[in-house]
Amino acid sequence: MSGTFLGMPSFPRAAREAVRDERLRRNLRHATHTIRDKRARAVAELDDWAELREAGKRIKDRTLRHLDTYLLELEERVTAAGGTVHWAEDAAEANRIVTGLVRATGEREVVKVKSMATQEIELNEALEEAGIRAYETDLAELIVQLGEDRPSHILVPAIHRNRTEIRDIFRAEMGRWGRPAPDGLTDEPAELAEAARLHLREKFLRARVGISGANFMVAETGTLVVVESEGNGRMCLTLPETLISVVGIEKVVPTWRDLEVFLQTLPRSSTAERMNPYTSTWTGTADGDGPDAFHLVLLDNGRTRALADETGRQALRCIRCSACLNVCPVYERAGGHAYGSVYPGPIGAVLTPQLRGTTSEIDASLPYASSLCGACYEVCPVAIDIPEVLVRLREEVAGRGGKGHRLEKAAMKAAGWVLDHPGALAAGERIAGAAGRLLPERLPGPGARQWTDHRDLPDLPAEPFRDWWRKNRP
Amino acid sequence: MTTPTSRERILARIRAAVADAPEAPEDVRGYRTRHAPDDPDAVLDLLHENLADYRAHVHRAGPAELPELVARLLDERGARSVVVPPGLPEEWLAASAAERVADGPGLGPAELDAVDAVVTGCALAVAETGTIVLDGGPGQGRRALTLVPDLHVCVVRAPEQVVASVPEALPRLDPRRPLTWISGPSATSDIELDRVEGVHGPRTLEVVLLRG
Repeated sequence: MSGTFLGMPSFPRAAREAVRDERLRRNLRHATHTIRDKRARAVAELDDWAELREAGKRIKDRTLRHLDTYLLELEERVTAAGGTVHWAEDAAEANRIVTGLVRATGEREVVKVKSMATQEIELNEALEEAGIRAYETDLAELIVQLGEDRPSHILVPAIHRNRTEIRDIFRAEMGRWGRPAPDGLTDEPAELAEAARLHLREKFLRARVGISGANFMVAETGTLVVVESEGNGRMCLTLPETLISVVGIEKVVPTWRDLEVFLQTLPRSSTAERMNPYTSTWTGTADGDGPDAFHLVLLDNGRTRALADETGRQALRCIRCSACLNVCPVYERAGGHAYGSVYPGPIGAVLTPQLRGTTSEIDASLPYASSLCGACYEVCPVAIDIPEVLVRLREEVAGRGGKGHRLEKAAMKAAGWVLDHPGALAAGERIAGAAGRLLPERLPGPGARQWTDHRDLPDLPAEPFRDWWRKNRP
Repeated sequence: MTTPTSRERILARIRAAVADAPEAPEDVRGYRTRHAPDDPDAVLDLLHENLADYRAHVHRAGPAELPELVARLLDERGARSVVVPPGLPEEWLAASAAERVADGPGLGPAELDAVDAVVTGCALAVAETGTIVLDGGPGQGRRALTLVPDLHVCVVRAPEQVVASVPEALPRLDPRRPLTWISGPSATSDIELDRVEGVHGPRTLEVVLLRG
């Protein structure tokens, strides 16, 4: 039902389309600025934010260093608690496993909680091919699915749609999939949410199979954690008889206690709340409460490739909060679709090329979808130095040579000099400042000229991003 | 179903990927275990404030006033039937005329959907985040009970069930039990970032802070 990212044009070309779309830009601008300002206030409430950030970073780094140990511990605990653990090397294997599990139940439909991992492997399409209908239940995902569209933001995937478009989609499409939109539906958000509630409730009540991802998996206890707002997650995790969770191997944390860090940093970074409305945790199956069959599919799909990269592996710390999207001047203009992946924005620009490699046109262009201003690093709750990884990936792309890569090569060499001199490494902004002077005014590569012609970014900042931003925000 | 070779191959790739990586530095936990002052009254006030900030309706009562208050809250929302989780103190519903629905094998999702409300206790509440946590213990019931009905009345015993912070909450919770952390009613900001309360979970959350 939803569109696919395969065959996407490279970032510069897609971005060029996006910047011409005035409405998209207005929506994005409103969204990113609103969430960004709220996040800053939510973070400012905690005077130990820097310590929480450092703790989160170290927990993730230690987990990644001993990932095999923690995954085996997790597997043992989940199994002991009545769950079944499956391992999937790639998207095809994960889809095969999930499809087989659903088929074994005899069901032809499943309800789904918003999950980046299942989008990444395009599970819905695989299920559809097997004759199984997957219903997205997150409001934004429902909008995306009914509109046969693609998500454009990690947290608010339908942010490129405004209320009138959403009303039109609901009116036109809901009836095809179940309960139609109420007569006389207006474009008031409360009415639209009510329409979604009614449309999805019948699906929740009859669902026998639920599919989810997870925000965290706790190795020492075998516990999975899903953080959400609407309650569709609770519905999918609680009401069906069979629950299948597809989770990237990097989502494991060693101890129950470690959640004390992430349950403070994730909601504030993501929705700018002290705590999101609902968090569910479960360990295997529980007698008389929730599903009586639980399957955990542990997904590699390129993660071990990223793990092998000394610089790039830090991207696996990501807890998918999307704070980096909301501060990124490139994302704000280009929108999520231009990144050609379920992971848009700065984190997508470092994660996608590592998960998929940099051989395709779109993936090779992603490391250039940044001005290296460093704002993403500053807001990252697990301190991923995204500019550093971008520079490293640019080197990889440029190192292969080919047309249009000479200039990048020169710039990256110079940036590499900066990286090798710790005195210049104090902050991402300073890397950006140093690299920026050496970067060409126009991005090289096919289609880039059009993109740079249409974007209205000022020159790369030689000063810290926040100062630059205060002075330059339009 | 499980392909042992995939498991072994993933583990082997992980080991190869980090073989040359330096040992990760030890954890540092320099953050606070709580931000709120060490004063039960102030912590309770903070819980009240933060619950209300996320649109829960917050009330305070002593044991003698509780039955009347619960009856009034159910009444005001037009709840004619209420699910009673196993182990709920009988006196909490003593003044209510609402039809009691006991949990049991016959109470499937569709039957639950026909019930107006649920009254529960909780495992604990977190003041700094305005969160109540349910663990399915006595007076709380299985998770579906607090999910499908549209009105949830939750009683928090103060001060014994109130902690200041997330780091104080986790050691008091048993991860083997399914847990639900609730911070205000269900909400979405998916449409133009306009916050709408009440999507799929109970659209109304009434929290009673019960002082012993």
